Amino acid sequence: MRKGKLGLFAVMMLLVLSTVLAACSGGNDGGGEKDTGKDNGSSSGDASSDHGGTLVFGRGGDSTSLDPSRTTEGETFKVTINLYETLLTFEDEGTAVEPGLAKTWEASEDGLTYTFELQEGVKFHDGTDFNAEAVVKNFERWANGDAEQFPYYNTMFGDGDGSIIESVTAEGDSTVVFTLTRPQAPFLKNLAMDMFAIASPTAIEEYGDDDFERKPVGTGPFKFVEWKPNDSITVERFEDYWQADLPKLDKIIFRSIPDNATRLNALKTGEIDLADGINPSDGASVESDPELQLFERPSMNVGYLGLTVTREPFDNKLVRQAMNHAIDKQSIIDAFFEGRADIAVNPIPSSISGYNDEIEGYEYDPEKAKALLEEAGYADGFEMELWAMPVPRPYMPDGQKVAEVMQKNLADIGVTAKIVSHEWATYLDLAEKGEADAFMLGWTGDNGDPDNFIYALLDEDNIGSNNYTYFKNDEMHELLIAAQSEIDEEKRIELYKKAQEIIHDEAPWVPLAHSTPLLAGTKDLTGFLPHPTGSDLLSGVSFE
Amino acid sequence: MLSYIGKRLLQLIPVLLGMTFIVFMIIRAIPGNPAQVILGQQATEEAVAALTAKLGLDKPWYTQYFDYLTGILTGDLGESMRTRAPVAEEVWPYLAATFELALFAMIIAVVIGINAGIVSAWFQNSWFDYAAMILALVGVSMPIFWLGLMGQWAFALELSWLPTSGREPVRDPVTAITHLYVVDTIIAGRFDQLWQVLRHLVLPGLALATIPMAIIARMTRSSMLEVMRSDYVRTARAKGQKMFFVVYKHALKNAIIPVLTIIGLQMGMLLGGAILTETIFAWPGIGRYIYEAIGYRDYPVIQSGILIVAFFFVMINLIVDLLYSFIDPRIKYD
Repeated sequence: MRKGKLGLFAVMMLLVLSTVLAACSGGNDGGGEKDTGKDNGSSSGDASSDHGGTLVFGRGGDSTSLDPSRTTEGETFKVTINLYETLLTFEDEGTAVEPGLAKTWEASEDGLTYTFELQEGVKFHDGTDFNAEAVVKNFERWANGDAEQFPYYNTMFGDGDGSIIESVTAEGDSTVVFTLTRPQAPFLKNLAMDMFAIASPTAIEEYGDDDFERKPVGTGPFKFVEWKPNDSITVERFEDYWQADLPKLDKIIFRSIPDNATRLNALKTGEIDLADGINPSDGASVESDPELQLFERPSMNVGYLGLTVTREPFDNKLVRQAMNHAIDKQSIIDAFFEGRADIAVNPIPSSISGYNDEIEGYEYDPEKAKALLEEAGYADGFEMELWAMPVPRPYMPDGQKVAEVMQKNLADIGVTAKIVSHEWATYLDLAEKGEADAFMLGWTGDNGDPDNFIYALLDEDNIGSNNYTYFKNDEMHELLIAAQSEIDEEKRIELYKKAQEIIHDEAPWVPLAHSTPLLAGTKDLTGFLPHPTGSDLLSGVSFE
Repeated sequence: MLSYIGKRLLQLIPVLLGMTFIVFMIIRAIPGNPAQVILGQQATEEAVAALTAKLGLDKPWYTQYFDYLTGILTGDLGESMRTRAPVAEEVWPYLAATFELALFAMIIAVVIGINAGIVSAWFQNSWFDYAAMILALVGVSMPIFWLGLMGQWAFALELSWLPTSGREPVRDPVTAITHLYVVDTIIAGRFDQLWQVLRHLVLPGLALATIPMAIIARMTRSSMLEVMRSDYVRTARAKGQKMFFVVYKHALKNAIIPVLTIIGLQMGMLLGGAILTETIFAWPGIGRYIYEAIGYRDYPVIQSGILIVAFFFVMINLIVDLLYSFIDPRIKYD
């Protein structure tokens, strides 16, 4: 009797469970197809045209703002590059400048005056006309704001006494003249950066600075529809876009999916069409999937081990050189980047102009490293802390494991490294204060200029901000300052090449890798060209 | 009864006040200047200094704390340092998302957990009892991360029954009114969308339900076992009442009180502690909101976010306490 009842109960539970699960599967064979977006062709109406359709772009985090001038955070620019345009733009897959909202430009001999001829017939999403006056108003807004209000403007062009831009004036409706206080070699590249996008002056006035961050109005190929925080941002085709035949898509939805594995799963089930931040270890499985394709973002980053030169024994150049010989970069790249990275020799990747290809990297040679240590008076080795990055970044997919390899490499030359890790904000804060012996870190470039790497990361002016190693070299400082205002490109390249020689010899870093970050998309996606800056313009993307 | 509620609400004040103080001190004790973190590596020192001043972070801590408290008393929860939006405005969609998920998970946990516990107690030492209790043990010790990814693999990738992540069909988004999407789709009369929203709830709901389900099952079983041995149950059985009736009507009523306490506590935990589930399933909930704010040292969001979660935690437990007297009339609050 008892047994019988129990059996009956168990059968009933099973029935209930299976009904629930079967009901869940209902969406698969009938109406509820909406979520499995393999059917993009049908939503685009005309199957023969490459226009139309909705692209769902999965990425790791949400934007913090939709006003690109007010933030420094990359997830914001991924969206805003599709909403706004800049006077000049970067070429596809590279950082040479091309016409944007300005169709032609001219620089004066002394590099102090730039004249831009603007595109005509361009409208903002709110119907306001784009003209010289709009450009002037945007630059005035940035120049008059507090340093913290427009952080990138402050970084690239300075303000107050240190300001590089003296004035921006409109001459007629379609000519803008920039007057500089001193020549700035990467000026044109800076103007092409996502943060200096021209926004509708009437919209800014109407909404005010703070509301404008959530109600963006630009001239870009897509206009803003909806933002569900931490979930999705939706933009749709701007019908009055000035470039013929663009954009091709009807709609883009940017979805935040923080976990890399989940994002890849969502791509495989068709919930999203394009996924950013694919783990190097998943690259091969994407390539072997007939439904998917893998994209490699051209490298514009560097991952390195910084040696704090103010701390013993790293105040000794020989010890720093020994560290460079001790670490087996190739094994690290093979194991944790799955080979999708180049060994770093210099602080800048080879795609950037001014890269010094005559420098040969420190080869992996433990014996040589030991000899250098002996020469430096550390024949018996020493103890040190090795800081491992707690978060994955494109330039360092797995900090903890890479640190373990380095620990082993160092043990081989008699150095005892203790791996230390902190939560990310703490890590950066303490490293910036020079409290780490050796720390892993990296950088992704903003505009493809060597200044944006070498000066930003290793010059004495940036000690206490991005120069975490506290490296200081007067000769290099002079070279870098001269390079900032050198307009002759060849002379400028020479200056940077010399600077790289000094860095190589002084060895404040063990440069590790320039990685190619991976993305994956569905097979029918065409026209997607990942950009080295990390912000992808999606106007040319469509479904086959 | 009313005076009891009043007294409990008064007790809430020192609890929440003490909590704001502890949270306030802890987040300031960890290194990391919010201005630096928010502006990022590229920002100049000048910009960092300007933002530090603007956020009032250069003032002494007691001034900052006092300003924060006066803000709360006037209903101002502060403004997110990162997004520059008022926390009070920003927080509701996150809270609603978590609330919907937690409630769904709790319903699963309660229905399955209580029934499994009852049946285990009823048929003590049967194969069902052993199986259920082993499963419950596995359940409490289950790493959510692993369970979530396995769920995605099995039900989304292999079987294509359920979506992997998110809370709505993203190509056909729900028009948010209350931000409780189940309610919103019903208001809009979009029952096809309601079905999709429910499908999105299943995997994260099950992942989140696992631990409370196991705890509830074990609690119900032990509580039931005790009650089943009591005289009145024996009397009821001796009178020839059907066993099912004895168990579910007479025994359960007395056994449920400690279970109810556990349910209240667990529901509170789910509100704040769903971070892992929310991360794996890309659920835009309050756990992730606060967790990300910690990464950015977004003090107002951390402080007010935790305050709100704590408030609900305490309120849920108050409601549970009040429920006791409905279930067991011998319990009186006077």
